[in-house]
Formats: sequence, C-alpha cells, structure tokens
Amino acid sequence: MREFLEGSLAVARIIKACKPGVISAYPITPQTHMVEELANFVANGELNSQFVNVESEHSAASVVLGSVAAGVRSYTATSSQGLFYMAEVIFNIAGMRLPLVLTCANRAISAPISIWNDHQDSISLRDSGWIQFYTENLQETVDFHLISYRLSEDKHIMLPVMVCMDGYTLTHGIETIDMPDEAKVDSFLPPYKPLYKLDVDNPLSFGPLADPDYYMETRYAIHQTHKDVLEIMPKLTSEFSRVFGRHYNGLIEEYHTKDAERVIVAMGSVCGTVKEVIDELRAKGKKVGLLKIIAYRPFPAEAIYEALKNIPKVAVLDRSLSLGSYAPVASEVKAAFFGKKKRPEVISSFVVGIGGRDITKDSIKEVLRLVNGREKSNEFIDLKPELLKEEYE
Amino acid sequence: MMREIRIHARAGQGAITTAYLLGYSYFLKGMYPYAFPHFGAARMGAPMNAFVRVDSKPVRLRSQIYQPDYVIIADSTLIRGFNCFSGLKDNGIAVVNQREGAEILKVKARQKIYAVPATEIAMKAFGKPLGNTALIGAYAAATDEFALEELIEAIKKRFLGKAQEGNIEAARKGFEFALKQKSSK
Repeated sequence: MREFLEGSLAVARIIKACKPGVISAYPITPQTHMVEELANFVANGELNSQFVNVESEHSAASVVLGSVAAGVRSYTATSSQGLFYMAEVIFNIAGMRLPLVLTCANRAISAPISIWNDHQDSISLRDSGWIQFYTENLQETVDFHLISYRLSEDKHIMLPVMVCMDGYTLTHGIETIDMPDEAKVDSFLPPYKPLYKLDVDNPLSFGPLADPDYYMETRYAIHQTHKDVLEIMPKLTSEFSRVFGRHYNGLIEEYHTKDAERVIVAMGSVCGTVKEVIDELRAKGKKVGLLKIIAYRPFPAEAIYEALKNIPKVAVLDRSLSLGSYAPVASEVKAAFFGKKKRPEVISSFVVGIGGRDITKDSIKEVLRLVNGREKSNEFIDLKPELLKEEYE
Repeated sequence: MMREIRIHARAGQGAITTAYLLGYSYFLKGMYPYAFPHFGAARMGAPMNAFVRVDSKPVRLRSQIYQPDYVIIADSTLIRGFNCFSGLKDNGIAVVNQREGAEILKVKARQKIYAVPATEIAMKAFGKPLGNTALIGAYAAATDEFALEELIEAIKKRFLGKAQEGNIEAARKGFEFALKQKSSK
C-alpha cells in the first residue's frame, strides 16, 4: 500500500513484518526512532517479540549475538559512535556465522562531535565480514531489509547484513513508500530455521579458541562466502521482483552509462541528486551517467569493471575517508582495473558531504567539470579554505 | 513541476510536524513529496529548518533548499538573525507568523508576504502557542497548492481527539485570515 512515511518508521514497519523474536538496542543518541517504534509495537502487542533495552551498544550487539546463536531471528540498529562501541561484537557475529540484520543510520564520527550524515561509521567496519548495502531512497531501504534477512539466513551464506541508510536524509526523511504486504513478506521470508543453535540438550560452542592450525580457514571461508553473495544476489532480487514487482540488480545500478563519456560512481542517497543532474545535462546533450554501488561488501569488482571498462572518464564520490591514504571506494574502484586490458583514461577521486556538508547539484556539476581535467586524488568538494588558515598566539 | 518549500523555526516549535502535514496534504493529491529536517544545534530553541520538495514524480534531489518557491516562518524573531527570504523566487510567497499590527517586511515587487497571527489563532483554538496548523491553513489559501480539505485530512491523520479539533479550527482560521489578505493583494 502506498503510504507517506518517515524513514525510521518505515524501517520499523518492515522489521515488524519480518517478525524478529528478539530486538535489542541502546535507546538514546546516536539511536534513531526505529527501535522506539519497534518498542511500541511490542508494547502494544502488535509484534510478538522480546525487546531488550540495554545500557550500551556493546550490550545490544551482545544480546542479539546470543539470541541468534540460540536460533532466533533478531534485529538491532545503531549509528556512528554506537556502531563503534559495537565493533568488537560486530566482528564476533560475522566470525560465528550468525545471520542478523542491523540498520546503520549513517552518521559522522567524533571528534569533533557531529550528528550529521556521512559514511565514516559503516565504512570503518567494512573488513568485519558483514555484508553491507547502501540505499538510495526509502523504498529501496525498506525492500533491502527484507532481502537482507533472506540473504543472511540462506544456509549457503550465514552472514550478518548491515543495511546502511543515510542519517537524516533518509532516517528522518518522509516520502511515499509502497509498504510490502505482510502476507507477501511471509511467503518471501519463511521462519528462520538455524542449522546449529545453542541448546542445553545438545551443547555446542560458538566461536571458541581456534589456534593457528584452524583460524585462517575460518577467515578464508567468510571471504569465499562473500563471493557466493555476488552470485546469489541477482537470483534473490529477481525472486523479490516476482513477488513485489520492484526490480533491483542487487549489486550495482547503471543509470545512463551505456554511451556515457563521464560517469560518477557513488553510494547512498546522493545517487538521487546525481541522477537529477544527469537528467538535466542529458537534456543538453551531455553524455553523463551514474554507477550506483549498492553492495559495498562483497565488493562487486567484476560488475564494476564491466560497467566502466569503456567509459573514458570516471569520478568516484566518497562520503568517508581513509585519512592518510586514498578514499575507500575510489581505491577499490581503481583496483578493479589493475592488470586489466581496458580501463578509463581517468579515474578521479572526490570526497563529498563529510559531516553533513550539503551536497548540492552544483557540487555534482563541479565534480563533472573537474573529471574533464587530469586525474584527481582525494579532491575535496565544497571545502572552505577560509577555515583552514592556521593561527597561533 | 517541482515545488520547493523552506520552513524556518526554532527546535521544539513543530517544524517537522509542519513539513509532515504539508507533505501529507500534497500526498493526498497524488503527488510525491519529500519532507526532511535540518537541525542546527539540536537543542530546544535553536534555529532549524525543515524542507518539503514535491513533484508529480518521486523526488530524487536530496540537497537542502536554497531557492524556495515558498517560505514559512514559524517564528518571526528569526528574521532578525537570518535572512529567511534568502533565495526566495522572484514570484515567491512567504507565510510569516507575526503579531497583528507588527511591521510589514519589505520584499521584492512580485513576492508576496502573508503575515498571519498564527500563535494567537492557536492559543484561541487549543490553548498552546503552536501556530503550525494555522500557518499551513494560510499557506493553502495563499498558494492554492492544495485545498483546506486536504490539510484537514492530514491533521486527522496526525492528531487525535481535542488536539485534532483544535488544530482543524486553527487551520480554518489561518486559511480564512490569508484569504482576506489575498483579496487585498
């Protein structure tokens, strides 16, 4: 049904439809109201779930680690410092091969304190073994939560998924959404049947000591499974499309790339702004396009190579940084071309929208102007030079 | 055609509710609104903005609004510290919450300003100094963007009981007030 819904509330609604048996969250900043709404659903009897209110994100992640290990579908959400406080447990959840969905309401990192949107929080956990999806709008956000549970619980995958949605822009944005019908959700997402679970009658250990004879293979296995995700996602999204009528490729989206001379690569809600600029410039005969990366982990290097190999000029937008080195998305896009026969003449890297700095159509036009020149590395857009003057007493 | 609305308020004055009600009124017309806030210091009383961008197709543009078609100012004391009319289109319309008899602001020739005593209207209608619904009522009359009935539907969706009745009353009064001003413009 078509509804006018706020992002956080829409996420709460789709999670309710997915019927997690345990929800655990730290309720205050940097939390969003998605878990508050879920707490309402549980209190009102609309959702038969155990809501565990905890004193920290570390505990929230630990609670859902335990509940999934006990064989129960679970959910949590956080962002920014909260995600960092979870970090230790985040690696454990992936290492124990526990299927879980976590919503990351992407926000900047302290210090200085910022509540505003960028991708530094989730990108910092890119190496944790979690699958990561970045969404452009609320419909996609809702749909990818559902797809993520299916993917996560697939017995060939058994890995947690982080659905990354831009803080404020999407979490506090209100727009028209076609909420999936609950009966259809039930048919697409059957109840979770664990392969193994914590059970007093059949005792098992999860994540015990693995000495050097064993540890490396556990890491190799997760890495191999990420490759399987690249194969499974297109099948899963076409099944989703048959049930719900909306199609996603699941890994990347190409927008006017086929004949493009300049292509922007980006993730998240900024892709909407980029599409708007592309339509404007296309109307003036400029051959520009967008490659949206939806799956950042696993990184769809092959699909990106195929999409960009004949494009003369590529501009990669990063909404996070690897301070002291190349921006994360740009360095991986570049790596996809190393040692290959074909590659763009220019792959320039731009840093945009850090700490909530607004990304306007002019910011995108500036990127498209600069990509015409020689290759740029970590070029900051909309930087204020007047704030960079050093003054000492 | 895309329309852009910028709301100026202080945190706690209901700017997000205003954006929601505006968006919902457009939604009821079958349009695709995108309503979103931008917080300043994220503290009660701090100046903040909320925005509504609306089109006949889903809105993709995610930036803040710099050249609004319409501006709603929930607290006229903000005008002293900010240029609330910054970027307002040459034929733009502003709806300002202002005491009756207060000084009328000067704007460009084709721009129109509706000064609405929204706080007084709200106090009379439901006893709280929250002029949002009165302002949106005035907005509907000033711009013809949607009907008063659509706004009333939106209020019914957002409020229950006494708050609903009071806000509907405030919306009507705001609508009527702006309609009178309109005939003199």
